[in-house]
Amino acid sequence: MADTLPDPHPAVEAVAAPTGASTPPVSSALAYLLLTHMWTRAAWQYRGSLIILTTAQALSTCLDLVAMLVIYSQVSTLGGFTLPETLYLYGTTRVAFAISDVVASGAEMLSEAIRTGTFDVMLIRPVGTLPQVLAEQFTPKRFGKLVPSTAALVWACLHIPIAWTPAKVAVCLSTIVCGAVIYCALWVLTNSISFFATDMREPANIFTYGGELITEYPFAIFDRPLALTLTFAIPLAFVTWQPSLYVLGKADPFGLPGFLRFSAPVVALLMSLLAAAAWRTAVRHYRSTGS
Amino acid sequence: MLVYLTAARLSFRRYVTYRSATVAGVITNSAFGFIRAYILLAMWREKPHIGGYDAADAVTYVFLTQGLITPIGVFLGATELGPRIRTGEVAIDLYRPCDFQGWWLATDVGRALSALLLRTVPPVVIGTLAFPTDLPADPRRWIEFAFCCVLALLISFAIRYLVSLSAFWTLDERGGASLLLVVSMFFSGMIMPLVAMPGWLGTTARALPWSGTLQVPIDVLLGTNASGFAGALEFQALWALGLLAVGRAVTDAARRKTVVQGG
Repeated sequence: MADTLPDPHPAVEAVAAPTGASTPPVSSALAYLLLTHMWTRAAWQYRGSLIILTTAQALSTCLDLVAMLVIYSQVSTLGGFTLPETLYLYGTTRVAFAISDVVASGAEMLSEAIRTGTFDVMLIRPVGTLPQVLAEQFTPKRFGKLVPSTAALVWACLHIPIAWTPAKVAVCLSTIVCGAVIYCALWVLTNSISFFATDMREPANIFTYGGELITEYPFAIFDRPLALTLTFAIPLAFVTWQPSLYVLGKADPFGLPGFLRFSAPVVALLMSLLAAAAWRTAVRHYRSTGS
Repeated sequence: MLVYLTAARLSFRRYVTYRSATVAGVITNSAFGFIRAYILLAMWREKPHIGGYDAADAVTYVFLTQGLITPIGVFLGATELGPRIRTGEVAIDLYRPCDFQGWWLATDVGRALSALLLRTVPPVVIGTLAFPTDLPADPRRWIEFAFCCVLALLISFAIRYLVSLSAFWTLDERGGASLLLVVSMFFSGMIMPLVAMPGWLGTTARALPWSGTLQVPIDVLLGTNASGFAGALEFQALWALGLLAVGRAVTDAARRKTVVQGG
């Protein structure tokens, strides 16, 4: 989606790319890779710190895992879901979220970049703004989250009492891909609000980190109005809950139609388009904070 | 003494200046309270009494932790001292004609008071409006709770101060701070009430200093602390004094080690 973004600022554009505004010299994907490579090299200068930070990221993922084990030490089912079943939700959520965290959590830096004025510098560079923002302060420590979450997912897949069919394997893999895309879209979408109001980094966390916490658990623990809101208004249900009902062979406790279980790819696509449109609109209306 | 009061007052003013950030923080804290409340309520529906808590206690606990997380500094890995050691600005702090640890404690108290004023009450009120909760009417419990919160801040500060001081040796406290954040989030009872933890995990968690930052004060308010108010004070004061004393010793060691370049 990043490739299609037009350069937003005509006046600056003329300075930055006098030979042709619509074709930046470096493609968005390449720019993203170059920038993340640069940030990785920067982080690598402090190897000891990077190793500790990566460990801390892995441990923080384990925390929710331990919390889940604590819950199941007290109760045998939660909202009708056993430990392996909930861990399957946890694993798919965490792996999908960790991928989106690696790719897109740089969006969190946007609020700061707008406040301090460094976003203006990004507009001058002959590269799209989105890859620059997403690569901002990239750090390889984020890969730390993938290790325990993948381990939990593999354990859950081996322990849920289902017969794995090719269709279920396909839905499981698509859950991770679509979940990651939905979370990437949420990173961009929620942080785009920073263009219109300052200090919006924390409320954006409700949908990103809060969304992660929500989709780790069976939606059966929520009441009906909340579950419907999380399905149709904020489509977090499609990250893991709906496709996992199919994989785990569960009935929908809210009685929603069965085709929703296979709708995650459509939702992921719509969310991406929405995020791209929001970003484009926001950048077009951007007015620098400075004088 | 006046210098510490002034430091605390100026720190307080600095933190209350960002009003929109405060509103944003309150919304975020409350929203996370809702998610955690739903998770615990599902757990308590399966088993109505866990660790001496009923469902209303559990929900009250969640929103109190959401309200206290910022003032007590559970979500902070260090103090503002760390970056100053990294950049060398700490040389100025070392020259100040007042106690080094006392100075940083005063600024942290200012920060905590600003957060207490702006960020503690709203999540608790919102939680009370949305769910059945179990806040006591007895004013004595609230006064006891206030004492425990002061000690909770001292424990939290003492630990974060030690992590910040580590920058004198490692030059970067951020790795240590992020590890502390993980430990503090879990063992304070922020992720799951410590009373719900079974066996040796629960025993260990309740003996560590972090239980004195959230679990113990809230138990005093709810009237569920096993050893009562006196036991809570003793537990918290021992950890606070012990950790502050270690911080003092490490400060002296750092002072002897540090060489200020130039001038």
